[in-house]
Amino acid sequence: MKIHHISTEEMARLRQHYPHAFGRTPLQRLWLTLAWLGFGAALLFSLNHLGVNFTRIWNGLDRMGVIAGGLLPPSSGGAFKELFMALLESIGMAFLGTLIASIIAAVLGFMGARNIIPNWIFRFSLRRSFDFLRGVDSLVWALVYVRAVGLGPLAGVLAIATSDIGTLSKLYAEAIENAEKRQTEGVRASGGNRLQVIRFGVLPQVLPIMLSNALYMFESNTRSATILGIVGAGGIGFHLSDRIRAHRWDEVGFIIIMIVVAVFLIDLISRYLRSRLIHAGAGKGRQAPSSMIEPH
Amino acid sequence: MHEAMQQKSVLDFEAAFRRERLRQRIQFLVFGLLFALATWLAADISQFTFARLWEATPRMGDYLVRTLPELHLMSLPGDIAYWYYGFDRWLKLLFDTLLIALLATLFGAIGGLLLCFPASRNLVKNYTLYFVCRRFAEITRTVPEVVYALIFVVAFGVGPMAGLLALTIHSIGAQAKLYSEANENIDENPLEGLRASGANWFQVMRFGVLPQVLPNITTYTLWRMELNIRSAAIIGFVGAGGIGQELYHAISFNYYEDISAIVLMVVFTISLIDLTSERLRHRIIGRENLT
Repeated sequence: MKIHHISTEEMARLRQHYPHAFGRTPLQRLWLTLAWLGFGAALLFSLNHLGVNFTRIWNGLDRMGVIAGGLLPPSSGGAFKELFMALLESIGMAFLGTLIASIIAAVLGFMGARNIIPNWIFRFSLRRSFDFLRGVDSLVWALVYVRAVGLGPLAGVLAIATSDIGTLSKLYAEAIENAEKRQTEGVRASGGNRLQVIRFGVLPQVLPIMLSNALYMFESNTRSATILGIVGAGGIGFHLSDRIRAHRWDEVGFIIIMIVVAVFLIDLISRYLRSRLIHAGAGKGRQAPSSMIEPH
Repeated sequence: MHEAMQQKSVLDFEAAFRRERLRQRIQFLVFGLLFALATWLAADISQFTFARLWEATPRMGDYLVRTLPELHLMSLPGDIAYWYYGFDRWLKLLFDTLLIALLATLFGAIGGLLLCFPASRNLVKNYTLYFVCRRFAEITRTVPEVVYALIFVVAFGVGPMAGLLALTIHSIGAQAKLYSEANENIDENPLEGLRASGANWFQVMRFGVLPQVLPNITTYTLWRMELNIRSAAIIGFVGAGGIGQELYHAISFNYYEDISAIVLMVVFTISLIDLTSERLRHRIIGRENLT
């Protein structure tokens, strides 16, 4: 086999004709450098704007070391029972809030789905209300409810329920819109009325998705319920912020460990239940939930 | 003979059907009872009764009405100007909030990317290294941002820097966990190829793993940005910068109209970013599905 050697002239000609095949052109390199420089400048500006500087970090690290040292060994400060009850209260708030939200969202989700109620003005305004409820964080709702209904876990339950109604209604509406048409048509063809179409055509398809999403929200709400106490809405958050303000770091460490363990356990239970749900669904030839919410 | 066999199989089927049905009913009953018990416990612990809810309803309505601004059609521009008297200040705080969220997402993505490779079971031989990295990521992501913010406010002082650090730490853990889960689902063949041609561990990660998981990582990062903007808007509640501080004051001191003004600004911004990010995410996923 003859090997064709490329001469230097040929090489130069090729380079001129196909500059992109030989790596970045000088112009491209210039743009890239400028883009990185611009990015760096924006980064520096932002950090400076937020008051981040080396001295502050350095000084803070000193105090951070003291805090980290204080976290260990963790200690309940003799109030284990009280802390445990507060943790249970957080979980209870998350459970009840999610339950209330998913019941209300099931109704609202059907109302917000295109294939159930085709009126677009109604649907549009309903969907924007969901966005509003969802856009306000549960901590904000908690603070508002504390002002409106008083201190305590009721405010927390209502806060979780309110922001979840937005999220779950949106997800449920999307799940209902994605439901298989053939089954609803089948029910209609055999003489089912509107309610029967929903009950026997749509609901069996979307129920596993709804339950699965509700469990997801329960997981994420357990995490939020641990902090609502900071604004007085019940749960372990009150004790946590109280201990942090009093610089009792060993107790802070203890509470954080409690939260991590509780969240881990709830995740485990919820994951088990969800896998059962999806399994049960898949066994009957159902598709995996398509409108599952994204991971946290 | 043949008929008898047929009859037997019918009977068998019916028996199996009954057994299955019974099993399902028992399962339903057990789960139902457990669920009822959990609901009752939760209601008891959180002192939730319908009477209290009923009592609270008018107060909630009253509160909501008070936050509504007084707007008249005749003097609309003036009324809006009065309602949004703090617009310039709030806009600046909202800008801070966005910066905190964006920077935390950036640092979280960088940290998560560095941590995710040793935290993937299929990419490291050393089990201890994997275990430590993975558990570290899981624990840092489990602690809520607000808790970090509370602690960092004590260590680094009141201000956006504490918030930025809090969101960054939480993001690093969350991103490392998500990224490493993506890493564990990749096709191993390209890695073999790279190893065979003499690539070291870093080169395998860079040229074998990263190209496969990049669409996933980008999607997760955008998703994290959406979450971080929500969090950045509230960490001001504990003094860690952003618009949250202003909102906290408005709610605590009952400046009712300020509450609605600020909340509307925040929700509008969040919705706008969610919408853009959702578009981008769907486009990335869509492109992924085509190839």
